[in-house]
Amino acid sequence: MDFELSEDEAALAQGIRSLCAGRFPLERLRAAEGGDGLVDAEGWTELADAGVFSLQLPESAGGIGLGMAASSVVFEELGRALLPGPILASHLASYLVPDAADGAADGKVMVGAVRRPPTSGTEAFVPALVEHLSSLGVLIVVGDDGLAAVDPADVDAVRIGRPLDPLTPLWRVDELPEGRPVGGAEQARRWRRDQAVLGGALLVGLAAGTLDMAVAYAKEREQFGKPIGSFQAVKHMCADMLVAAETARAAVHAAAVTIDQPGVGDPERAAAGAGLLASEAAIKNGKICIQVHGGMGFTWEVPAHLYLMRARVLSQAIGPVGGLAELVAELY
Amino acid sequence: MDLRYSEAEEKFRLELRQWLADVVPKLGPKASSLDWPARRTYDTAWQRMLFDAGYAGIDWPVEGGGRAASPVEHLIYLEELERAHAPYVGVNFVGLLHAGPTIVVEGTPEQRARFLPPILRGDEVWCQGFSEPGAGSDLASLRTKAVRDGDEYVVTGQKIWTSHAEVADYCELLVRTGDDDSRHRGITWLAMPMDRPGIDFRPLKTIAGSTEFGELFLDGVRVPVANRMGEENDGWRVTMVTLSFERGTAFVSEVLQSMGFLRDLREMAKRTGAWSEGDVRRRMGHLGAELDALWALARRNVSQAARTGVPGVGGSVYKLGLSELRQRIGEFGMDLIGGAGLSWDELEGLDGAGPIGNADQVNTWVHGFSRTIAAGTSQIQRNIIAERILGLPKG
Ligand SMILES: Cc1cc2nc3c(=O)[nH]c(=O)nc-3n(C[C@H](O)[C@H](O)[C@H](O)COP(=O)(O)OP(=O)(O)OC[C@H]3O[C@@H](n4cnc5c(N)ncnc54)[C@H](O)[C@@H]3O)c2cc1C
Repeated sequence: MDFELSEDEAALAQGIRSLCAGRFPLERLRAAEGGDGLVDAEGWTELADAGVFSLQLPESAGGIGLGMAASSVVFEELGRALLPGPILASHLASYLVPDAADGAADGKVMVGAVRRPPTSGTEAFVPALVEHLSSLGVLIVVGDDGLAAVDPADVDAVRIGRPLDPLTPLWRVDELPEGRPVGGAEQARRWRRDQAVLGGALLVGLAAGTLDMAVAYAKEREQFGKPIGSFQAVKHMCADMLVAAETARAAVHAAAVTIDQPGVGDPERAAAGAGLLASEAAIKNGKICIQVHGGMGFTWEVPAHLYLMRARVLSQAIGPVGGLAELVAELY
Repeated sequence: MDLRYSEAEEKFRLELRQWLADVVPKLGPKASSLDWPARRTYDTAWQRMLFDAGYAGIDWPVEGGGRAASPVEHLIYLEELERAHAPYVGVNFVGLLHAGPTIVVEGTPEQRARFLPPILRGDEVWCQGFSEPGAGSDLASLRTKAVRDGDEYVVTGQKIWTSHAEVADYCELLVRTGDDDSRHRGITWLAMPMDRPGIDFRPLKTIAGSTEFGELFLDGVRVPVANRMGEENDGWRVTMVTLSFERGTAFVSEVLQSMGFLRDLREMAKRTGAWSEGDVRRRMGHLGAELDALWALARRNVSQAARTGVPGVGGSVYKLGLSELRQRIGEFGMDLIGGAGLSWDELEGLDGAGPIGNADQVNTWVHGFSRTIAAGTSQIQRNIIAERILGLPKG
């Protein structure tokens, strides 16, 4: 047992972090706010070359053959960089439904995913909101009892004028086509589970990103003749952000390793718990980050809101926290 | 990242599990929580059984009577003890979980040989004399004075909140050896024998109605210089080692114990029908997820300690998270048992009574309040995180 990051894992994270800093700095991403081709084709290929989509595809199929642990450190960095685009679904599809996602692993095709809205219960009859629809080569519809592949050209959709996250374009779809079945209930369960963990990793990256922003600002902004970070109320807000981020990170890593290493725990329970805590950490830290920035935090210019809105998008994608909590309770 | 245990570790686990399955069911009933001498007898007898079976001081060095195994095996050990519902460390808390580990790291070979084996055998019980009436969170302002007289220190002053001092043989004592205003630079860490003349202990009653801590008055108490850990005036550094164990690893079994508690609550809620409420299930699941995350964090801290020898400041993150979580778990239990929570006495036959009765619930809830105070308050942990981990400027 050694639950620290291995050298390889640390190096992998560092590599992705430098790639994002050099190739996808936030200023550049923001220039594309409100558009739909958020990452240019070349950039997407570079992500593919770095292994972002093929990490878990077996080597025999041309992938890198690593597991969830490696993916979780990579996705944390992508989250921290606010990297837009259907990165998570493209990654999941490349190893979970390889036949339906031809070209996903090498970045030739972008894959999206959407939960099939329930037809009964409190969420019944809500339209599906599909992210990045105009960029997708294939859309995976995740139902309770299976996965289906839908051709985006067959989807009757209306673009949302003002999506909450300006870097995640959205389309409203009143009726999702049935599509072609590409996986049964077991595949759908795996999709939801891995999505909770890697969506969790993205969310941990967001939580860490806002923590860094808040701490940097607290060291530099002065009031009453000293840095606001010397005031205890501000310090304690930052400390709470760190606790939230570190706890969620440990949960995400543990869930990833629990999936990779059969026998060390219950992967289902670990994944649901990780997604739940990561969602909360990202949303909480986004909120505190705005508060630490004062009036600046409420401006469009300061990117705190981008992290918070992305957190909402991801939190929605991995499932409502209440549902995740019930799953943990059942499996405890 | 690897959460698998090696073959040797799994073998250790199985042998221990077997042994526990043999002995734990045969243990006598626990002593009343209000009777400290009886608790000492019970806790030290259990410690002696562990020692005789080779299960004491898992990660302590051989010359101290330990097994010299890795911190990872220590973690397995705590896991298995909890799983078997074995007795808690109890009065051996200070000796086994922070004074002992400090001596392992800071003691001379003679000191290790003198102090460690009796802790492991359950012969000597330790208490902690850090806090003073004027020095709680601001520990470095402590004033209990030690003056050198030949090969002894003569100690005069007052400590407070000293847990179970009436049944302790030794006290890990912080004293001022430097000037009055020397703060961190003038503190020394001593092992004070509790049978010396000049020591007066007066218990204080807690909000749980118990007397688990009290005031320790010291008047010209003679402590051998040989009992000093580290150099004179270098005690603050030694203290940081002690606190890193106290915050970093000492509470690990509480996470596991809380998981069991939560499962018991679920069984109770299922019997009473409360489980049909979505809100109850979600609250339980949330607390469960948080416990799982802290267990992950504990394993991360232990992995780090295995590499560096001493748990890092990550212990503050863990201590803060766990102590606040324990309070919420206590509140959840109280909410579930309703009226039964108004009685410390066990109420047979009420909704609350079950695998864990109402007395356990009340105890868990009330003791939760001490968790965010003892071993450094939550506010102090946040200060440490902000200043030492995040590098924010000192106020
Ligand atoms: C059950 C229990 C057992 C204990 N056992 C022992 C023991 O065996 N040995 C021992 O030595 N001690 C023991 N303690 C003492 C414990 O370590 C102290 O109570 C603790 O360090 C706080 O000190 P204090 O009680 O003087 O509170 P204070 O330091 O007076 O704090 C009062 C309040 O002010 C806040 N505060 C203080 N300073 C700051 C600051 N800089 N920033 C923000 N807030 C601040 C605190 O967080 C707290 O809310 C025990 C305590 C309890 C509750």
